[in-house]
Amino acid sequence: MSVLVIAEHDNAVLNPSTLNTLSAAARLGGDVRLLVAGNGCSAVAQAATGIAGVGKVLLADAEHHQPQLAETLAALVVDVVRADAECTHVLAPSTSFGKNVLPRIAALLDVSQVSDVVAIESPDTFVRPFYAGNALARVQSSDRIKVLSIRTTAFDGASAGGSATIESLASTPPAQAGSRLVGREVVKSERPELAAASIIVSGGRAMGSAKEFNAVLEPLADKLGAALGASRAAVDAGYAPNDFQVGQTGKIVAPTLYVAVGISGAIQHLAGMKDSKVIVAINKDPEAPIFQVADYGLVADLFTAVPELVTAL
Amino acid sequence: MKVLVAVKRVLDYNIKVRVKSDGSGVDITNVKMSMNPFDEIACEEAVRLKEAGVASEVIAVSCGPAACQETLRTAMAIGADRAVLLETSEALEPLAVAKLMRHVAQKEGVTLAIFGKQAIDDDAGQTGQMFAALMGWPQATFASKVQAADGGLAVTREIDGGLETLQLALPAVVTADLRLNEPRFITLPSIMKAKKKPMEVVKADTLDIDIAPRLKTQKVTEPATRKAGVQVADVAELVKKLKEEAKVIA
Repeated sequence: MSVLVIAEHDNAVLNPSTLNTLSAAARLGGDVRLLVAGNGCSAVAQAATGIAGVGKVLLADAEHHQPQLAETLAALVVDVVRADAECTHVLAPSTSFGKNVLPRIAALLDVSQVSDVVAIESPDTFVRPFYAGNALARVQSSDRIKVLSIRTTAFDGASAGGSATIESLASTPPAQAGSRLVGREVVKSERPELAAASIIVSGGRAMGSAKEFNAVLEPLADKLGAALGASRAAVDAGYAPNDFQVGQTGKIVAPTLYVAVGISGAIQHLAGMKDSKVIVAINKDPEAPIFQVADYGLVADLFTAVPELVTAL
Repeated sequence: MKVLVAVKRVLDYNIKVRVKSDGSGVDITNVKMSMNPFDEIACEEAVRLKEAGVASEVIAVSCGPAACQETLRTAMAIGADRAVLLETSEALEPLAVAKLMRHVAQKEGVTLAIFGKQAIDDDAGQTGQMFAALMGWPQATFASKVQAADGGLAVTREIDGGLETLQLALPAVVTADLRLNEPRFITLPSIMKAKKKPMEVVKADTLDIDIAPRLKTQKVTEPATRKAGVQVADVAELVKKLKEEAKVIA
């Protein structure tokens, strides 16, 4: 049996989500093959050879893989799977990248996908959350090839210590992809990435405005070296960009410290952060559900408490 | 341009589910059901495309039990022209739904299909992409903006760290993210009007489509609950606790 892991990367560096996915792959047993598809991405493949547990790095380095479009990447993965009679599993991280491409692959292979796997019980049995993490299902797949998206917070990142070889794949450009990348606007931030941050400061509806959101939370995040997050309510209200959203339909995070400021704690938000090691909640409503999951709760007006906290740290 | 909108009937988002004590699933008897919120956004977008003269007809499609007709009426109250229910009492996996949707898309000759990015019950986030694969159509998932451009669509997508824009040739699939639009308030006259719109019900088992589940749910459990911690009196105590007890900051 062999496990194919699809690497998430930006043609320059491997995204840490790939390490978590590799760690899940290792639990399955079997040879682990890591597919690096991109353009000018040989450095990524080279770095990947040094990760523990990787048996072989498959490198598809071609111009048509530059934007990593779902159509092109899915077609490549299906070719790789079909060429490998041993292949039993296809894994990708459950990030925007993996969520976009993986179901397309599963459908092309005519198999079901198990989304957001948090535990691997055996090569065909997996645990996944549903209903915003309020229930966990243990599911057994009868498909010949199991397609799994991996919740990165549930698996530690694979460590260094491998010596895999690189196999280059020839890949022909698709006749017509039907989609074309026009442009990307990625906000460059000095702060750590939300999904990988060890400390997160998150704001909710009580922030009141985008201006206050930034004015109050940025100094705290700066002081703590934290990433900024937000509840859906704050995103909906336009206080914070969409990719700040922590929760059922946003990002799932599990930092060492999660500071929830002015967040009431709807179940959809809790779904995204309740696996954090330590949760601090600052809210003026003592009845806010966030206090039921917080290790340390402070009932206070955030507009005075947060600046005070910045000074005290 | 005919547009297909996929809608799912799910447990209302305000309701916290309970896991059945025998571990066989979650208890959804006698609880409020609604249209999946992302499907509402998808529906709103399709209707706006029609209002802008880009789309000619909006067909809302759902797969599931007879009660989904109610959800389809809601879609027509938002502004869908007609509805199709592929009726089955079987539990459907996203792959099966994608196959049923393909049947309708081919029969109706649609050139755009809009899905919600995720249903808030099973949280799978698969159906739109699977449908795109089965149709061999390009896809733009997690859309925050859709515009007619160059005979196709320019779609802005939410990605980690920012946005990207794809140019799609039609036919194509779009999945709706939170910021795509704000669904309109449904008025009483639109509800009355929706009652008169055509609804076609097709028994899924009369179609020669493999919708058998591939996954077997062995057990459903509740996740470990987090214990509530302590209330601190002030900022000074909070800092002390974080430094000395939790040791998460230096």
